[in-house]
Amino acid sequence: MPATTFDDCAAPVQKTMMAQQHANSDANVDPAEIARFARLADDWWNPHGKFKPLHKLGPARLGFIRDAATRHFKLPLRGMKPLTGLSILDIGCGGGLIAEPLSRLGAAVTGIEPTDANIGAARQHAKATGLVIDYRAVSAEDLADENRTFDMVVCLEVVEHVPDPAAFIKVCATLVRPGGLLILSTINRTPKAYLLAIVGAEYVLRWLPVGTHTWERFITPVELDSHVRAANLEALDCQGLVFNPLTDQWSLSRDTDVNYIGAAAKPL
Amino acid sequence: MATPPEQNSADIIIAGGSYVGLTLALALARELGPDLDLVVVDRDAAPTSQVDVDTTDPRASAISAGSRNLLAALGLWAPLEGDATPVSAIELTDSSLNAGVRRPLLTYDNAVRNGSDSGAASYIIPNARIAQVLHDAVAATPSVRRWRGASVSGFTAGSDTASVTLVDGRRLTAPLVVAADGRRSAVRELAGIQTVAFDHDQIGIVTVIRHERDHVNRAIQHFLPGGPFAILPLAGGRRACVTWSENAHEARRILALGDGAFLDEVDLRVAGRLGAVTLDGPRASWPLETHLARRFVAPRLALVGDAAHSVHPIAGQGLNLGLRDVAALVECVADAARVGLDLGTMDALTRYERWRRFDTAVSTATFGGLNRLFSNDNTLLRSAREVGLGILDRLPGVKQLFVTEAAGLSGDLPKLLRLPAER
Repeated sequence: MPATTFDDCAAPVQKTMMAQQHANSDANVDPAEIARFARLADDWWNPHGKFKPLHKLGPARLGFIRDAATRHFKLPLRGMKPLTGLSILDIGCGGGLIAEPLSRLGAAVTGIEPTDANIGAARQHAKATGLVIDYRAVSAEDLADENRTFDMVVCLEVVEHVPDPAAFIKVCATLVRPGGLLILSTINRTPKAYLLAIVGAEYVLRWLPVGTHTWERFITPVELDSHVRAANLEALDCQGLVFNPLTDQWSLSRDTDVNYIGAAAKPL
Repeated sequence: MATPPEQNSADIIIAGGSYVGLTLALALARELGPDLDLVVVDRDAAPTSQVDVDTTDPRASAISAGSRNLLAALGLWAPLEGDATPVSAIELTDSSLNAGVRRPLLTYDNAVRNGSDSGAASYIIPNARIAQVLHDAVAATPSVRRWRGASVSGFTAGSDTASVTLVDGRRLTAPLVVAADGRRSAVRELAGIQTVAFDHDQIGIVTVIRHERDHVNRAIQHFLPGGPFAILPLAGGRRACVTWSENAHEARRILALGDGAFLDEVDLRVAGRLGAVTLDGPRASWPLETHLARRFVAPRLALVGDAAHSVHPIAGQGLNLGLRDVAALVECVADAARVGLDLGTMDALTRYERWRRFDTAVSTATFGGLNRLFSNDNTLLRSAREVGLGILDRLPGVKQLFVTEAAGLSGDLPKLLRLPAER
């Protein structure tokens, strides 16, 4: 059961507490700092700016997350808020490009990032759009030490940047409550991925700054599945994400040669 | 979401509460569910009498099979069906006004054979009936708030929301504003979107007649030198809506006539096909003008219906094109909303514009061109028309293609225009 009666009762209290935290932090923050966050938020949320590839990837990834969640938690897929009642942690939330849509779909979202700057930017944007999201500048490891768990943990385009993916996925898994779901997306280690994700995206199309990705750090679905099982989760159920240059859109596919996204359940 | 009536933020604002605006509101409410909070800003004040909508409008619309599928999806076809005349055949004639006999130049069977759909390609429905059914459905939809007697005086688009200011000083904000406020769209002008316009120097005249002989659900279009004259069959077999375009000078003369002389003008054009004719409704008229907006979208804004385009009424496609806009926009916005994206996200708006603007530009040019080809008394052009349509008459496959096109079932169809089994 994703929705507990306790959460429902506590929600208004949490909102009030968060509103107070916002008020307090605003009072104690340097105006120059706020301006810097605002500029960074504008960068994150400019669909034609440097985060354009993430904006483009958004709908396909969100479609996968929504469908995985509604199927796993047996939620009715209708209306604008199918994820109502779910608590979701977004690890590496950046400016909130995934956290905001998930919040709009009805979930109670917590977004974490190691840097204050990104969290400041994400907070400012959520405030402007009127969404209540619990953003915290904290590492996944530190949050795990607080013994917090969530119905669903989402960690997109992160594992290919961490030094020890197996250990990192273990930490992610501890943040999922028993019976919950972990969603991971990353890039496969294939020659095609080298060609498209590094040569194509970084050198030819200039979608990403050169050096964003290191091919050796890419992870195959088989490796990701073994990390997930080692973290005591059930097998990874994954789908590819492919870009169609004619429609300028990403969509889900059976082709996992380059980008892919998967879901793994934590046994009860 | 229960909201107090004067709350000044919403999920979507629709400027314009006519056919296209109200259909859009109902379609969005259906696709996005009860959490949606939508405001329709309607310039017309609520009528003061017992009747909720004007029932004296003589106009009738040709509703294509595609539009019927949309109305059916919204639960509006059942209340309309009794007043809808399925058009069995369409007869075209090309004559001068004083020709004794109007030989049919082209007659075609108006049934679609398109996948599982085998009904009529079009239906004639009185506009007043459509207005009443839309009004009742909106009144029964809690997620749609209708602000009546409210005119838009300002529009500004920010990075996350757009605001609409009303003449009475009220201000409303939402992530998406849709301009469905007609050919002189205030919102379109406030957003600085230009249009390309063409004045046909014609006036459209509409009235309702009662006639002696049964029309057997056949629609007749006489291409007269002053402009096309259409007899659209209404329910019951002995009433029809006549709608014609006349050059402006002649139209003003006809409209100034008393009922007796006006009837003579109508009778002259009906040309005895339906037996004795009497007037059975008021007259309405409006100047004919074709226009196309240079853009269909701007940040946080989409144009639909006459705000985006108006075509010559020669083919009766105006409302159908507007309803195609509705189906396409709803699909783009709902696809974005289903993955939690903001309702006015530029990706969805760009997709809508790509989908609709080309189709509309083609229709605008085609119907305008047809009108110019037929609205004259040039002997040479008449011969060319007779040869062209005569050839068309002998090629049933080609005629069926035209019927499918007019039925609004061709091209990349938005889901709501398809039959449920094909969505």
